[in-house]
Amino acid sequence: MLAQEERARFETEIIPHRDAAYNLARWILRGRAQAEDITQEAFLRAYRSFATFQTGNARAWLLQIVRNCCFTWLQQNHVAEEMTEFDEQTMPPKAENPESLAMATHDRERLQRALEDLPAHFREIIVLRELEGCSYKEIAAITTRPIGTVMSALARARQQLRTILTEPVPKGASRDL
Amino acid sequence: MTCDLTQTRLHAYFDGELDAMSSAEFERHLESCPDCETRLAAEDKLRSALAGAQLYARAPETLRRKLQTALPKAAIPPEVPKGKDPKPSAAESWRWLAIAASVILAAILGTHYLEKLNHYSQQQAMAAVIVDAHLRSLQPGHLEDVISTDQHTVKPWFDGKIDFAPPVRDFANDGFPLLGGRLDVIDSRTAAALVYGRRKHIVNVFVEKAQPGDTQDASGELQGYHWMSWQQSGFTFTAVSDTAYADLDQLKQLFLAP
Repeated sequence: MLAQEERARFETEIIPHRDAAYNLARWILRGRAQAEDITQEAFLRAYRSFATFQTGNARAWLLQIVRNCCFTWLQQNHVAEEMTEFDEQTMPPKAENPESLAMATHDRERLQRALEDLPAHFREIIVLRELEGCSYKEIAAITTRPIGTVMSALARARQQLRTILTEPVPKGASRDL
Repeated sequence: MTCDLTQTRLHAYFDGELDAMSSAEFERHLESCPDCETRLAAEDKLRSALAGAQLYARAPETLRRKLQTALPKAAIPPEVPKGKDPKPSAAESWRWLAIAASVILAAILGTHYLEKLNHYSQQQAMAAVIVDAHLRSLQPGHLEDVISTDQHTVKPWFDGKIDFAPPVRDFANDGFPLLGGRLDVIDSRTAAALVYGRRKHIVNVFVEKAQPGDTQDASGELQGYHWMSWQQSGFTFTAVSDTAYADLDQLKQLFLAP
């Protein structure tokens, strides 16, 4: 049971990270409607185990719970393709066409689709680094992986994101390529 | 053909994760490695594309409200006013005695204490109104009536809509870009609301004509939102956001600077 000051502490330290929490859930779950419920569930879990969090990085602590809730949900709902691990080779590096990359990066919808096409573990790492501005240390804490793994995964995630962005656009998706 | 460093060192450098020495070392390498140079430029392009595409998904209003109500309030012991004994007294007669004592105490402490108390609860009520207004503004389509980053567009927009000219200034160079403005009603008084961005956060600055009894230089926190108010050239300013106190203070100093 939380004492009154614990609740106040939860409201000052944890609740303000609701955007970070929702954003991460939204991207891991690829914009599924469940993102909202799962974020709420993550907050409830965080609330129940708040006693175990004393000091430190509140955002990283919360985001770890959020991503665990998301991956649990994906597993329970048998979203199989989401489970590509860091260590698996996902796509051979291809030569990049800088011109088509330049065009693709001006297209918001295409960027969004490309990010959603990344395997979940690559997607979360890009979201944490590029959208949330987390440090390697924070990403390592959130994803419970060694910093070295985070670093190489980030390199490969970026590589793959660029590869997706330079692939020909599927028919009807865009007229200018 | 690919340099060995592009997969690891380059990313750590790009993300500002190298210490000063390794960073300088990598920069020296960069001068003689076109591979790394090209890759670095590509990473930079990708980063600015991601940043510019506004892919960040803020928590929807429904979730914000749910978080306020869903946390098990029942688990929290009922509020105990400060200065009173939290345990119920053993006998009912003691209770009456305590009430009598507090009446006497209040009389002794006199009006000064009561004024302070009254002032405190007024401030709490004001904070609730301000945070409500902030939350309301975050609902889709409610944030700005005039959308502009140009203070010379926002300022004239208020002309004729309110009976004062709020000081509208853009602080984009200091990390608080002006996003727009709107009219709002705070506690039955018309206020000019100036909307600023602060990284991924939204800051509302409510400007009202100062009235006697307005809070001067106060700040607080409610439901995870920070607020800070001050008076300046006949106006009462109240900034509110889910960003850090330090940010609000910085914004206040920017307004106060000539």
